[in-house]
Amino acid sequence: MGKTIAQKIFDAHSVDQPFGDVHVIRLDGVFCHEITTPTAICDLMEKNKDRVFDPSKIKAVIDHVTPAKDSKTAAQGKILRQWARRHGIDGFFDIGRNGVCHALFPEQGFVRPGHTIIMGDSHTCTYGAFGAFAAGVGTTDLEVGILKGVCALNYPATIKVVLNGRLAPGVYAKDVILAVIAELGVNGATNRVIEFTGPCVDAMSMEARMTLCNMAIEAGGTCGICYPDKATVAYLWEFIKNEYASRQAALKEFKKLVSDPDADYDRVMEMDVSNLSPRVTYGYKPDCVKPVAEMEGTPIDQVYIGSCTNGRLEDLRVAAKVLKGKKVHPSVRGIVSPATPTVFQAALEEGLIATFMAAGFCVTNPTCGACLGMSNGVLAPGEVCLSTTNRNFNGRMGKGGMVHLASPATAAAGAIAGCITNSKLYKKRAE
Amino acid sequence: MESFDGKILFLDRSDINTDEIIPAKYLTEISKQALGPHLLEDLALEGFDPARDVKGKGVILTRANFGCGSSREHAAWALEVNNIDVVIAQSFSRIFRQNMYNCGMLAAELPAKTIDELFKTFAGRDVQVETDLERSVFVFTAKDIRKEVPFSLGGFDRALIEAGGWLNYADERY
Repeated sequence: MGKTIAQKIFDAHSVDQPFGDVHVIRLDGVFCHEITTPTAICDLMEKNKDRVFDPSKIKAVIDHVTPAKDSKTAAQGKILRQWARRHGIDGFFDIGRNGVCHALFPEQGFVRPGHTIIMGDSHTCTYGAFGAFAAGVGTTDLEVGILKGVCALNYPATIKVVLNGRLAPGVYAKDVILAVIAELGVNGATNRVIEFTGPCVDAMSMEARMTLCNMAIEAGGTCGICYPDKATVAYLWEFIKNEYASRQAALKEFKKLVSDPDADYDRVMEMDVSNLSPRVTYGYKPDCVKPVAEMEGTPIDQVYIGSCTNGRLEDLRVAAKVLKGKKVHPSVRGIVSPATPTVFQAALEEGLIATFMAAGFCVTNPTCGACLGMSNGVLAPGEVCLSTTNRNFNGRMGKGGMVHLASPATAAAGAIAGCITNSKLYKKRAE
Repeated sequence: MESFDGKILFLDRSDINTDEIIPAKYLTEISKQALGPHLLEDLALEGFDPARDVKGKGVILTRANFGCGSSREHAAWALEVNNIDVVIAQSFSRIFRQNMYNCGMLAAELPAKTIDELFKTFAGRDVQVETDLERSVFVFTAKDIRKEVPFSLGGFDRALIEAGGWLNYADERY
């Protein structure tokens, strides 16, 4: 029997199999942010175990609330900052260099095909876009990762999602993943890896693949994963050029990870994306998904463009193209958070920031804040946000608020129209 | 080891996410105790009032996919500081389930049919659960009913409970 990509990575990292299907695997990366790590740091200090297994494999960022909004968030940042300094963690990103973790760490070249990575954040599954096995974990798993460089996980079972066809103009990876989650359900992939393959994935940029893998957790998935290919090598080349003789050599090495043709899957789901229309969520679960056209006219108070799902350069380009020469509807607050300083800088140079500002958007620094209702765009009770983020849970962006998840194109179109709208129509809501 | 006995808090809904168990605005707390008063504060469940219903409970009985969403271990901690060390559900999200065992707590899965029967028999009543870990049996007791329900506990899960969590377990071995 052949193996899936996740199983190959797992086998190459397994150091112990204490019980049945449970493997203890060696970690190539332990990533940290200021919300879930400080408790681990404090606990290690209390237990006289304030050590790190390998400072070069630990990366850390202050991203959820930055700049600090109050004394408590300032203290969380301080604990992480001092810890990173104390242990010589060079891959630490503080204000001015910080960005949304799952956009920042790949951009820095920290995520490679075949890697095993954990982070105290559920959207760690994003890194599977690079052919890595990456799982979100809680603080105790993170703590053990920091101290020992290992994590216990079940041997990966996989759901294969084959995406056939070509996306129509105006339809994006976000629409695809919303459609996939609608099909799988919010726990349809629990304890499973979701492997994304097919011509649609092959044609996707690394950024789009990150959007796809980012939301694997919304179907309960341990990790989303794509096969490494030419696009992966091209994205990573500046970071790996000293490790491989040529791009072809790197590609050849990475291709060894691709799932075997006779690999065993729990489920294979085929989807033809050619006729897929833009999607948006309703209700309080990410599997409550409808065509945008069916939600046409739903009034909105805020549009948020950003996050680890859709705050990358490609996303800002898409939104800016829709917004170019238009104005945000008077009853809508538009907020855009470029996900990293590099994204921000490029958006400035390309004139995207000018487009957002001319349209009436507020441009914030890179941060996760609004997505989970912590800062920079919290909703009031009864308010509605059309958002490019990943969770529409009750109260997610602020108690009593409603979140509709959509692509950057749909979000931008909604900002102009003042309501959810199919991006072709731009029907304005009455002022 | 944690105590796995106590009164039941019935949460008759599936897909209760960790934002509902402990909202993100409290993730700025570093002390686990500070989470205590905010447990299930944002839970959307008809008739549920956290201020009234959480106190004095030691066990949660709920439906499918409990603890989905964010990886925040604060969800398990918020239960722990309220002395709720057992959640019995049809199923859990992977991360929440692991967080429970990593803290030496118990997240037990029972078949949908059994969960359904338990809700039908006991919901709305004053019910005590005793957990016999050795035999892997829950004993539900209300005024005039006593019901034994077996559960299965994996070897790794049991080892984590006995070790008092994953840090203790891993520190001894790796």
